[in-house]
Amino acid sequence: MTPAMPNIQTFYEMMRAQGTSRRSFLKFCSLTAAALGLEPLYASQIAYAMETKPRLPVLWMHGLECTCCSESFIRSGNPLSSDVILKMISLDYDDTLMAAAGEQAESILNEIPAKYPGEYILAVEGNPPLNEDGMYCIVGGQPFVDRLKAVAANAKAVIAWGACASWGCVQAARPNPTNAVPIDKVITDKPIIKVPGCPPIAEVMTGVISYILTFNQLPELDSRGRPVMFYGQRIHDKCYRRPHFDAGEFVQSWDDEGARAGYCLYKMGCKGPTTYNACSTIRWNGGVSFPIQAGHGCIGCSEDNFWDNGPFYKRLSYVGAGLGIEATADEIGLTGAAVAGAGVVVHAGLSAIKQHNRKKPEPPAAPKGDQS
Amino acid sequence: MNFATPNGFNLDDSGRRMVVDPVTRIEGHMRCEVNLDSNNVIRNAVSSGTMWRGLEIILKGRDPRDAWAFCERICGVCTGTHALASVRTVENALGIKIPNNANIIRNLMQATLYAHDHLVHFYHLHALDWVDVVSTLKADPKATSALAQSISPWPNSSPGYFSDVQAKLQRFISSGQLGPFMNGYWGNPAYLLPPEANLMAVAHYLEALDFQREIVKIHTVFGGKNPHPNWLVGGMACAINLDGPMAAGAPVNIVQLNLVSDIIDRTIKFIDEVYLPDLTAIASFYKGWDFGGGLAGKNILSYGEFPGKANDYSNNSLLMPRGAIINGNLNEIHDVDLTDPDQVQEFVDHSWYTYPDEAKGLHPWAGVTEPNFVLGPKTIGTKTNIKQLDEDAKYSFIKAARWRGQAMEVGPLSRFTLGYAMGIAEFKDPVDRLLTNLKLPLAALFTTLGRTAARGLEASWAAHHMRRFFDQLMANLAAGDLATANTDKWDPSTWPADAKGVGFAEAPRGALGHWIHIKDAKIESYQAVVPTTWNGSPRDPSGSIGAFEAALLNTPLADPNQPLEILRTLHSFDPCLACSTHVIAPDGGELISVKVR
Repeated sequence: MTPAMPNIQTFYEMMRAQGTSRRSFLKFCSLTAAALGLEPLYASQIAYAMETKPRLPVLWMHGLECTCCSESFIRSGNPLSSDVILKMISLDYDDTLMAAAGEQAESILNEIPAKYPGEYILAVEGNPPLNEDGMYCIVGGQPFVDRLKAVAANAKAVIAWGACASWGCVQAARPNPTNAVPIDKVITDKPIIKVPGCPPIAEVMTGVISYILTFNQLPELDSRGRPVMFYGQRIHDKCYRRPHFDAGEFVQSWDDEGARAGYCLYKMGCKGPTTYNACSTIRWNGGVSFPIQAGHGCIGCSEDNFWDNGPFYKRLSYVGAGLGIEATADEIGLTGAAVAGAGVVVHAGLSAIKQHNRKKPEPPAAPKGDQS
Repeated sequence: MNFATPNGFNLDDSGRRMVVDPVTRIEGHMRCEVNLDSNNVIRNAVSSGTMWRGLEIILKGRDPRDAWAFCERICGVCTGTHALASVRTVENALGIKIPNNANIIRNLMQATLYAHDHLVHFYHLHALDWVDVVSTLKADPKATSALAQSISPWPNSSPGYFSDVQAKLQRFISSGQLGPFMNGYWGNPAYLLPPEANLMAVAHYLEALDFQREIVKIHTVFGGKNPHPNWLVGGMACAINLDGPMAAGAPVNIVQLNLVSDIIDRTIKFIDEVYLPDLTAIASFYKGWDFGGGLAGKNILSYGEFPGKANDYSNNSLLMPRGAIINGNLNEIHDVDLTDPDQVQEFVDHSWYTYPDEAKGLHPWAGVTEPNFVLGPKTIGTKTNIKQLDEDAKYSFIKAARWRGQAMEVGPLSRFTLGYAMGIAEFKDPVDRLLTNLKLPLAALFTTLGRTAARGLEASWAAHHMRRFFDQLMANLAAGDLATANTDKWDPSTWPADAKGVGFAEAPRGALGHWIHIKDAKIESYQAVVPTTWNGSPRDPSGSIGAFEAALLNTPLADPNQPLEILRTLHSFDPCLACSTHVIAPDGGELISVKVR
C-alpha cells in the first residue's frame, strides 16, 4: 500500500473540489475503463482508486531527444492531457512545461525525492550519452546521466517514454557518435516500463499513467519491458489492409491504383508485420488515422534498432505469419522467427527487466455512494 | 572588461555573473549566463547549446529516400518541417518534380504546423513569462468577463465561466501540489498584467492545451500520425480516392477531407478570437517594456516558404518571401543564394568543434565538424560540473552561422519585417493595424514583445492560408487531378552517380537549410543549418555576437535572483536546441576528449 500522504489530495477530491459532479466523475471513470480496454464494471474500481489515492508526484526528465514524446503526450484526448497534468498526477518537474528555470527548477529534483522517497514516478524522455564523460547532454552544468541516476535512486518506478529511452532511437543509430544508451543501461535496480515508439501514441502514454494510478501497480510487461496491453500484437495482425495481404493485393508503386484502393503496403517496405504497437487498433490522434491508413508503410518506430533495420522502402523478405495473430512478441521471439532481410533476430532472449504481473482486479461491486 | 563587438554591441563582464541552467520551456537543453551591473542591468550575455546528437554523422551512407525520417527526428516540436526540407533537398539533387497536389498538401501541412506550433509556444512555452498564475486568485470574474467580451466574440467569456476557472485554480494552488507551476516567479514585479487579464490568459492556457490536439489531426490525415507524420520523396504517400467502392479505405477520401476542412475553420476561429485578442491585450500592458531588440530590424534573414507553384522555389512563387536585410536598411533587400559558398557559412572557433582553420567559415557543402569539447582557461568548475563558462573560448554545441559574415536573426519577426519592407500587404497591413491599435511606432516591432506579436500575426496568416491551400486542393480534385506522387525517379538506377542538392524551408522558428551530397545512391554528406543555429549562435572569430546574446543586453532585472526577463526574451525566439546541435563529421571520425586548459 502507498503510505499516507495527508498533504496530497486525491484525484476524486480534486475533481469534486473543482466542481465536477459525482455523476460526471463516474462517467469519467467509465470512459477511462473503456480506454484501457477493461470491462465496464471496473469503472467503479477506478472510481474507488481515484477517491482514495493521493496525486502521484511525477518527475519528467529529458536527455538527448527531440521532444516528440512530450508533444505526443499533450495530444491525448482520453484522458485530456490537461486533466492528467492538473488533476491526476502532480507533474512537479518537466523542463518542457514548467514555469521555473535554472536553480529554481533544479532544486525540485532534490526536494521531491527527499519528500516522497520511493513514492514518485520518474518519467524519462530521451536518453543519456556516455561518451565525453556524459557531457554531450549537459543539464545544470553536469552530465544528464548523473542527474538521471540520482533521481532514479529513490523512484517508485521508471517510465521510459519513447524509442530513445527504451531502445536508443535515432542518436543511437549507427555509428552512435555520442554512445547514447537506453536508460536501462544506467538504471538497473528499478522496474522500468518501456513505452516505445517515435513517439508513442498519446493515449498509450496516458493509458499507462492511468493504469498505474488506478491499480497502484505496473501493467503486465513482456520480456522486453513493454506493456502487453499495447505492445502485445503486431500492427500487421490488426491492420485493416490485412485482407489485401492475404489476397495478394499489393501497392506496387506510389499513387498507383492499388494505393488509391488501399491495398497492402508490404511491397513498399511496410514494417507492420514485424512491429509490435497499437497503431492499427487505437490509431493516432483520436483515432483519425495511422501511417498505413494514410498510405505510407510503417517504419517500425516502436522496434529496437529500427533505424538500422532499413532502408524503409525495402520489403521484408520474411514475414512470420505462421504464428497467427495471437502470437505475442515473446512467443515470436522464442521461436526464433527472424526478419531475414534485416538480418536481425527480433525479440530473442529475455531481458533482465523486473516483471510485474498485474493481478486480476477483484470483480468490482456495483457503484455505491451518493449519486448527486 | 569592456568590449565593443563588430556588430555594434557593448559588452561588460565586470558585474555579477548569473547562470540560468537549464533554460526551461524550450525544446532541448540550453544554458544562459549574464553579467549584471550594479543596477541589475544585463551588460554581457552568453548563450550555450548544451546537447549534441550527431544526427548527420548517422545519415552518412544511408538511402537518400530515408533521410526525411531521420531529419524529422531532429525536432519533434517543429515536427515535419525538417522532413519537408529534406525531401526538397533530395528532390533538388535528383531533379525530381512533384505533382501539384503534393505541393498543396505540403503547404497545408506546413501551415498547419505554424498554426499549431505558434499557438502552443504562446500559451504553453511563453505565456508564463508575461502571466502570473497566482495573481488570478485576486481577479474579479465579472471584470474578467467584461475584459474578455470587450476584445473578442469568443463564447467562453461569462462571469460564471471565469469564476469556475478561478475556483479550479484556487483549489489547485491550495492543494500544495503546484506541479508545473512550482517555484515559478509569481509576484515578481516584472509581471505587469492586472489580475483580470491574468485570469483570462490562464483560462485560455487551459483551453489552448485542449484545443491544440485538434489542429494536428490534419497531419494525421495526410501523414498518418503526429508528431512525426510520414513524407515521401517525389510527392506524398497519401493517395486520394473520391469515387467507387474502394474510396472508404483510401488514405484521403471525402470524409477525411471534411474533417480537415472543419479543423481549418476551428483553427482560424481559435487563433483570431483567442490568441490574437490575448496577444493584443497583453501587449497593451507591456508596451512600455521595450527591451530585447538585439538584431531585430537590423540583420534579418528569410529563405522563403510556401511555393505557390509546384517546383518553383523562386521569389515569384514563394508566398512568404526570401531575402536578407543588413544594418537596418529596410530599403534594400538582398537576394539570398544557398548555393553560393560566400553567403551561408558556419564558424566554430567558439563552438565545441574543430576546423583546420578556425578563422574561416565553411559553406555547408564543404562543412567539417569534428567535436572538440574543450573548456577555456577562465572556466569556473570542472569538466563535469561547470559553474561558469569562458566565452572567450569554446562554449556551445551550436556553431556560429553567418550570412556574408553577418550574424542574423531569423523567425516570424524577420519574415514579417521582410514582408513589411517589401510592401506586401498581407504582412504590412496586420503589423500596421496592431501598431495603430497599440499607438506604437514601427520601432516597437523590434523588441521582445514585437517578436512575440509577429508570431501571433503569423499564426493567423498561416491559419487563413490553410483555408486557401485546402480550397486549391479541392479545386484540383474537382478538375480531375488526383496525382500525389511522381515515381519517375524513385528507382536509384535512374539517379546520377554524383549529385548535390540544397533544400530549404521556413520552419516556425526561422530559416532552415539542408545540403546533401549523394554518391552512388548513398548519402555522402548531409548538413543542416537550422533556425536556432542562427539565433542561438555563439560569438564568431570577429567577436560578433548572435541574436540571443544581443537581445538580452541592456535589459534590467526586477529581481536579480529571478531570471524572469531573461526567459521572456529567450522564449520570444522559441529556441529549439535539438535542432541546432546536430552537425556532421564527414568521416564520422573519432570524437576528441575534453581538455580543461
